[in-house]
This record gives sequence, structure tokens and C-alpha cells, in this order.
Amino acid sequence: MVLRVENLYKSFKDNPVLKNVSFQLQAGEILAIIGPSGAGKTTILRCVNNLTNCDRGTIEVDGMYLCRDDGSRSIYAKQDEMLQIRKKLGLVFQNFNLFPHMSVMQNIVEAPINVFGTPREDAFKKANELLKMLGLTDKADSYPFELSGGQKQRVAIARACALNPKVMCLDEPTSALDPELREGIALTIEDLAKEGIGILLITHDMAFAKRVAHRVIFIDDGKIIEGSSKEEFFGNIEDNRIRKFMAL
Amino acid sequence: MISYFYRLMPAMISGLNTTLKVFSLTLILSIPLGVLVSLGRLSKIKPLNSAVQLYIWVMRGTPLLLQIVFIFFGLPIVGITFDRFTAVMIAFVLNYAAYFGEIFRGGIESIDKGQYDAAKVLGFTPFNTFIRIILPQVIKIVMPSIANEVITLIKDTALVYVVGLGELLRAGKIASNRDASLMPLVLVGIIYLALTALLEAIFKKFEGRFSYYH
Ligand SMILES: Nc1ncnc2c1ncn2[C@@H]1O[C@H](COP(=O)(O)OP(=O)(O)O)[C@@H](O)[C@H]1O
Ligand SMILES: [Mg+2]
Repeated sequence: MVLRVENLYKSFKDNPVLKNVSFQLQAGEILAIIGPSGAGKTTILRCVNNLTNCDRGTIEVDGMYLCRDDGSRSIYAKQDEMLQIRKKLGLVFQNFNLFPHMSVMQNIVEAPINVFGTPREDAFKKANELLKMLGLTDKADSYPFELSGGQKQRVAIARACALNPKVMCLDEPTSALDPELREGIALTIEDLAKEGIGILLITHDMAFAKRVAHRVIFIDDGKIIEGSSKEEFFGNIEDNRIRKFMAL
Repeated sequence: MISYFYRLMPAMISGLNTTLKVFSLTLILSIPLGVLVSLGRLSKIKPLNSAVQLYIWVMRGTPLLLQIVFIFFGLPIVGITFDRFTAVMIAFVLNYAAYFGEIFRGGIESIDKGQYDAAKVLGFTPFNTFIRIILPQVIKIVMPSIANEVITLIKDTALVYVVGLGELLRAGKIASNRDASLMPLVLVGIIYLALTALLEAIFKKFEGRFSYYH
């Protein structure tokens, strides 16, 4: 198990957004969390990546506690521990958030070299491997503004992979893509999973979840409605809300 | 006439020297201070934020000439004395840091919050995020406004005339009075024009350095 989320609660002011969310992710597994817009999907990713502090709950990443519920609140890891946990997590933002003033190569090697002290040659070697795997070798010296949406996404994936994460999170990976690029990102995600990375995929794109996920969790209004293997999920849609959403 | 200009040169050069000293020292000190001012203005620490806001309000809401007079002629009344040059530098640096601070604040606020998120996820400390991710992008955005301010500054240096420092304008005025001639003032104008043209050329080059990305 590379990720365990248990009894996660999060409110913004008086607006409860996550209400007791629990799930687990295995190494090499592709888990899709699907649900309508505003259901709390992005908030889950932001909690898992410690961009937003949860109110209650436990998040365990590859054996380390990012935060741990002590019965009344959630206690977060200390700074040096948090850095180790960050190394295990990769996040591809919905709009990628590449650094516009840095070349593709700089975007990828910046954190390994300047945050984690990876020797320069090692960082560049790893980056070149990633670029090759993602078909971006000729874009190493380009700047983000020179890239298409699909290319930017692959750079964001390369950047998130540069630290050899155990968990890769992707927020709405198909939202900024032309339809013909969906199969490509599906294959890339499968490649990552084959290397043992646990993939946590957030989407409201049913067809894409069906195409790529091993397991699907449905979330609505901050609560998990149903979670099961893909076959069960798409074969036997019991819940009204899910059926309503599927029909959309 | 050329020979008259030639005779004016030593006085002009000494004046120009003072002008450039005030100009460059103000720039070197007020730009980094301006970055700090912008951070204070954006700080969530309430007393710091309010103090910086008050400082900016006073500096931008009163004439620089008044600020110079206040520090050099006013403060000695309550027992605080500075020599001419120090007084002028304090006024210029404090005044320009306020303007630069507001320019940097605008630049910082225009950076997408996603940049901070991306940096945080990659393990950057807040300091490194600012230095390596935010500030380089801010510099590109604010460059045109900074250029404007710098060109205003070279002309504002003439204000130090009021404390009796021998800068360019004063050198011209003295020669003009002495020789009952308009020419020294014309020459001063030409020198200012040359300086602003030079600055514009430098900034154009500088902005070009940042045009490698959008
Ligand atoms: N920073 C925030 N402050 C206040 N409310 C927020 C914030 N982020 C998200 N929300 C609210 O939380 C709910 C879930 O948002 P989100 O997790 O982005 O949903 P999804 O990604 O499933 O569309 C929405 O109602 C949204 O308005
Ligand atoms: Mg979302």
C-alpha cells in the first residue's frame, strides 16, 4: 500500500467539503475518483499533497504519516519528514502550473538539484530518460509557452516523476486535452503504473476512468458513495446518484 | 559657442558627478528595499502591513521636495542633523522604495497562485519559492514600470538643488547667472536628454533579455 486516507474531513469556513473520506491505493494500481464538479475531488488531492490542511483524518504515504488523527484533530508531520513525504508524492495539476521562465529541462531538474541535492549529472540523466519516455526529447530546451496542451501535460508528468514518487496524482488529466490525445495519456498512466507507481486519478470523465482505471470510487457532496473494481462499478450501477451522473 | 560650452564643462562634469551619484545610490538602495516594502505590504502580519501601508501613503502622498526639506531643514529643529548628502539620500531612498514597493506588489499579486502550489509540491521553501520562481517572473512583469520610475528619478535628482548640493542644475544656474546667458541651462537640458535617452536604450536591451518567454 502506497497511500492510505482515513476519515478525512475538511471544511472551508462553515462549508463542509469532505465528510469522512477513506480509501487506499496499492503500488501499481490505478484508482480513479470520479464525481460531479464541486464534489470535493480537487480538495482530496490538495489534502493528499499537503496544499490544504485537513481538519480531521489520517493520511499515510508509503509508510510515513503526512498527518495523523489523534482523536480530536489531525497532527501534521514535521518539516524534515514532510520533505521526505513530498519526495514520495507527485502531482500533475489540472492546468499543469509549469514554471514559464524555465525551459522544459529546467522545470524538471530544478527541484531534484536545488531542493533534494541530487548531483547535476544524475538529475539531467533522469530528466533525459523521462523526456525520452514521454516523447519530448526535442523539446528539452523549449519554454512552456511554446508547447501544446498535451506537451505541457507530459512535461508536468516528467517534472512530477523526477523525484521517483511512489504515488502520482493527476487532477482532471483529460480536461485540457483534445480528444485524440486521450489514448496517449491513458498509455502513459499505464506505463507509470507498470513501474509500480500508485496512480490517483481525479476526473469527472467517466469514459476515461473506464478506459484506464483498475478501480473506481464515486464521490458526491464530499462523501464516497461507492467504491469497487471497475467491472463491478460499471457493470452494476446501483446508486441513483451515480446513475444520474453517468447519464449526463 | 562650442568653446563657451567647452569652458562650462568642468563645472558641468562636477555637477553631473553629483547627479549620477544620487541617481545610482538611490537605485541600488531603493530597489532591494522596494522588494522588502512590497513583501511587508503583502504580509499577513497586521501591524507590519499597516505600518508599511502608512509609510507608502505618506511617501507617495507628499512631494519629494517636502521630504527633502523636512529631513535636511526640519529634523535639525528637533536635534536630528544629517549632512546634505546623507539627508538627500535618506529622502530619495525612502521615497523611491515606496514607489518601487507598490510596483513590485502589483507584480507579485499578478503571479498565478498555482506557481506557489507547484513550488510547494516540489519541496521548495517559501524563501526559495520567492527567489527562484516568483521574483524572476515579477521582474519581467514590472520592468516597464521600473523603467518609467528610473527615468523620473534621473530628473528628480535636480531637487537636491534645494539643499545646496552642486548637481547639474545648480551648476547650470550658477553659470547662467554669472554669464547672464541662457546657454548653460540649454546645455543642462541637453545633458538630461542624453541621460534619459541612454537609460531608455539600456532598458530596451534589458526588456529584450526577458523576452525569451511569455
Ligand atoms: N480554497 C477554498 N475556499 C473555499 N471553498 C473552497 C475552496 N476550495 C474548494 N472550495 C469548495 O469546495 C467544494 C469542492 O471543491 P473541489 O474540491 O474543487 O471540487 P471538484 O474538484 O470535485 O470539482 C466546492 O464547493 C468549492 O467551492
Ligand atoms: Mg476539481
